[in-house]
Amino acid sequence: MLLEVRDLHVEFHTRDGVAKAVNGVNYSVAEGETLAVLGESGSGKSVTAQAIMGILDTPPGKISGGEILFQGRDLLKLKPEERRRVRGQEMAMIFQDALSSLNPVLSVGEQLGEMFVVHRGMSRGDAKAKAIELMDRVRIPAARERVGNFPHQFSGGMRQRIMIAMALALEPDLIIADEPTTALDVTVQAQVMELLAELQRELNMGLILITHDLGVVADVADKIAVMYAGRIVETSPVHDIYEAPAHPYTKGLLRSIPRLDQKGRELYAIKGLPPNLLHIPPGCAFHPRCPMAQAVCRTDVPPLYTVDEERRSACHFWKETLDAR
Amino acid sequence: MPEQKPWDETTGSGAISGAGAGGGMDLAMDEGVTLEKTPGGPEGTGPAGKPRSLWSDAWRDLRRNPVFIISGLVILFLVIISIWPSLITDQDPLNCDLAKAQEGSQPGHPFGFDGQGCDVYTRTVYGARTSVTVGVLSTVGVSLLGGVLGGLAGFFGGAWDAVLSRITDVFFGIPVVLGGLVFLSVVTSSTVWPVIGFIVLLGWPQIARIARGSVITAKQNDYVQAARALGASNPRMMLRHIMPNAIAPVIVVATIALGTYISLEATLSYLGVGLKPPAVSWGIDISAASQYVRNAPHMLLWPAGALAVTVLAFIMLGDAVRDALDPKLR
Amino acid sequence: MHADGAGRGDGTGAVGSTLLSEARETGRTRPYAEGDPILEVRGLVKHYPLTRGILFKKQIGAVKAVDGVDFDLAAGETLGIVGESGCGKSTVAKMLVHLEPPTGGSIRYKGEDVTQLSGRALKAVRRNIQMVFQDPYTSLNPRMTVGDIIGEPYEIHPEVAPKGNRRQKVQDLLDVVGLNPEYINRYPHQFSGGQRQRIGIARGLALNPEIIVADEPVSALDVSVQAQVVNLLDRLQAEFSLSFLFIAHDLSIVRHISDRVGVMYLGRIVEIGTDEEIYDHPTHPYTQALLSAVPVPDPTARDHRERIILHGDVPSPANIPSGCRFRTRCWKAQERCELEVPLLAVPAVLRDVDSPARHDSACHFAEEKQVVPQEAPGWEATPGQEEAPGPEQGQGLRREDGSGQGDAPASPPTGETGDKE
Repeated sequence: MLLEVRDLHVEFHTRDGVAKAVNGVNYSVAEGETLAVLGESGSGKSVTAQAIMGILDTPPGKISGGEILFQGRDLLKLKPEERRRVRGQEMAMIFQDALSSLNPVLSVGEQLGEMFVVHRGMSRGDAKAKAIELMDRVRIPAARERVGNFPHQFSGGMRQRIMIAMALALEPDLIIADEPTTALDVTVQAQVMELLAELQRELNMGLILITHDLGVVADVADKIAVMYAGRIVETSPVHDIYEAPAHPYTKGLLRSIPRLDQKGRELYAIKGLPPNLLHIPPGCAFHPRCPMAQAVCRTDVPPLYTVDEERRSACHFWKETLDAR
Repeated sequence: MPEQKPWDETTGSGAISGAGAGGGMDLAMDEGVTLEKTPGGPEGTGPAGKPRSLWSDAWRDLRRNPVFIISGLVILFLVIISIWPSLITDQDPLNCDLAKAQEGSQPGHPFGFDGQGCDVYTRTVYGARTSVTVGVLSTVGVSLLGGVLGGLAGFFGGAWDAVLSRITDVFFGIPVVLGGLVFLSVVTSSTVWPVIGFIVLLGWPQIARIARGSVITAKQNDYVQAARALGASNPRMMLRHIMPNAIAPVIVVATIALGTYISLEATLSYLGVGLKPPAVSWGIDISAASQYVRNAPHMLLWPAGALAVTVLAFIMLGDAVRDALDPKLR
Repeated sequence: MHADGAGRGDGTGAVGSTLLSEARETGRTRPYAEGDPILEVRGLVKHYPLTRGILFKKQIGAVKAVDGVDFDLAAGETLGIVGESGCGKSTVAKMLVHLEPPTGGSIRYKGEDVTQLSGRALKAVRRNIQMVFQDPYTSLNPRMTVGDIIGEPYEIHPEVAPKGNRRQKVQDLLDVVGLNPEYINRYPHQFSGGQRQRIGIARGLALNPEIIVADEPVSALDVSVQAQVVNLLDRLQAEFSLSFLFIAHDLSIVRHISDRVGVMYLGRIVEIGTDEEIYDHPTHPYTQALLSAVPVPDPTARDHRERIILHGDVPSPANIPSGCRFRTRCWKAQERCELEVPLLAVPAVLRDVDSPARHDSACHFAEEKQVVPQEAPGWEATPGQEEAPGPEQGQGLRREDGSGQGDAPASPPTGETGDKE
């Protein structure tokens, strides 16, 4: 197993109290596999990713428990230099906004080449050649001529490809993409996602795709983990979850997105709002909004029940949810 | 300013659902209340909310900041003794006895005497009044002039902005102390007004620039566009929407500048072009005492120390204010 | 709610010589009758000049953000405008509420051209066309209470509500948008994104307008909250007989709420019709590409769905291609496309055909092509819950395998991601 997150807990200490951003998250990614982590604001999906990469702001954030096993080693127990090495060479992250993730005063070739100069000890000339090669690989036209251009001279979609190139430069084993296409137009989004999928296949990397877009997930994911209030509420291979969700939140989400191929009279909307992480409701965090909530939901935190071999659901009534299909 | 509508505060004790931050932030950091009245929805428990403006949030942060507390107390003390120096001294700073010149500390005269035989302690206390007066009035003047001009330039843009920017450039190019020497040497009055006037004259560009930038930033927010789409007039947009949101950086810079204006007055007085006797100023005292620093250091130390503490207090205050207002600035 | 004839089909269609001359006759009022479109936009243009020089500015070009837009809006109708970034849809919205003055063209509200108004007349018209903004975090003044924000329209237009009545009206508005009226004194940052958007909507309703221009009103919200707000807008439209201009880049949401949809590209509308016509029978290649790029939440669609991948980037609006502006990315482009600007009208080949494909489209080689998969896994309402009835099942399974109807000059590239420059 390439990456295994076990019982991760992350807290944020604010002046108004402790916000529990991640409350016992478990998920895993194998080589060549794409895991989509789905959730809305406040679900903890990005915080988990940052914890895995080791780029969490440690005050006010704090990893208060759990293990992150990467190729068998617990990242949380590594020394900072070792962690940094892993972060640079074996894991990489792609962010949502390429414009602010790229250095505006360095040319694209320099930023790409830097990876090789620093981590592989290459000369500047060799590094530049490698940069052009990378740009070609992510299909930036006229790479040789454009290697000296600056980030702002590229369009949004191209910048995102450059980010992908930077992430891939050292051929990592795992890539975490945090909402990589949310800021892009839909036609560009399609191009970028296709590129990402292709490169992943080529390099046999693990990919964690963090998003809130159920449409994008359907296209590229092998399995899905749905997060709510810092917990995983459902994990499943991708096909099963769309046809028959086993958690009321997943079900509500699927119902509430308007579909291109349908025109309904009224959209189903999950009532209420996501909880304040400073005051997560007792029992099942979703119970105030759940159409199926019962007394037990208010008191007992549901564990991840086994639905079948590859599916888990954190709902006391997962069976009823499944059957009500 | 249009009158605020006195919406009565209803003591709503209705059930309040748990708070949550909206899209965009992965972490729900906003405390307080979210107020959903979804039909039939259960309402969970959450912290009871009261209206909390951004100013009251800033004040709350400020109150807890030790830097603010310390500097605030010092400044409060200074202001009080500026208004009522008789609270801590019963002597007249101009009542000098040459016979006692340069004498050290004595009962009733804790700081000793200066070169003219004046009581250093009393002069130091009265010096505070000068410094605080000059500092506060200069800052008010600079803020008004700079704030209005800069704000108008930022709001209207175009030719206004171009003209104002060139004017501020000119003024920025004038070296302050040198300009003071030239400008104030022709002035014979010994009151604070020429000094204040000069500081305002040279200080307004700094505030104008801040105000202009701040207004331009505030102008880009959608709520200004929304007001325009409603048909709001320019004065309304400026006073109701832009000013309250643009004023924070101006406050921060002005507070820090206050400290520097006090120091500037002392410098000008030291050089002889600021305040002149019979006005009482730390600068004058420092100047007069500097030649005797070997023999009678107390004459220099007390006014210089008081000056340093005062300037430091205002700058610390400015720092604390900036910290309180900064995270709320959007 | 469907518009009836007025504002559809041939009436809006042919941007021919008659409409051009109308566009030039600005300031003229035409008598308005029941059933006429409430808003008529003709030849709307917004060019931002590019200048060189500091003191004496010489114009060297222009960014043509909006370059000739025509549409009608009927009373009670929702017209959706979709397009990608840079297509000009937000600029159109701003011109409708007079936040940006148009460089050319006319906007007739009930027969009267409002682009020429100023002062009191403009203020009066503003009451009737209001806007809802995209970003719930910057569209509300953080230093004002919610009551002040929603009540401000009454301060600016005191004739709409007498002073004593205002508080009540504000509370009523809060209630109408689903917020607790008791929290009239709270500040925006005490609310979530979806709630702030509701406050923005309440503000837009305060003056009882007839038209609301919504510029991406749900884009910045979480998915589950989007549904709430969209439902709210739907409900409000029925309750207050509003006409909506709904601008968005999310095609699925637009379909859901709109009666008619217009697709914009680089400053012009390239196709316009009812939602069924556009989504199920698109004829313009850009529309087809756009629809095929939208991810559908259905993993099975992955396998039998055609993907049209466009080459290259959108041209700069300062440098618009001659003839058909889409030709640089279009797989059907031919010589004619470079020389002749296609008109937004019913394409010649479809004029005599009785099919939903018969709607305005600006393409010399317009041709229907179904891109959106027709089948959909239906959702049944869980027994015992009060839900809105689920969508209807598609009639049988129809596979999409890329063959168009009739002869196409070329077939679109499918599945490849190459950029051919």
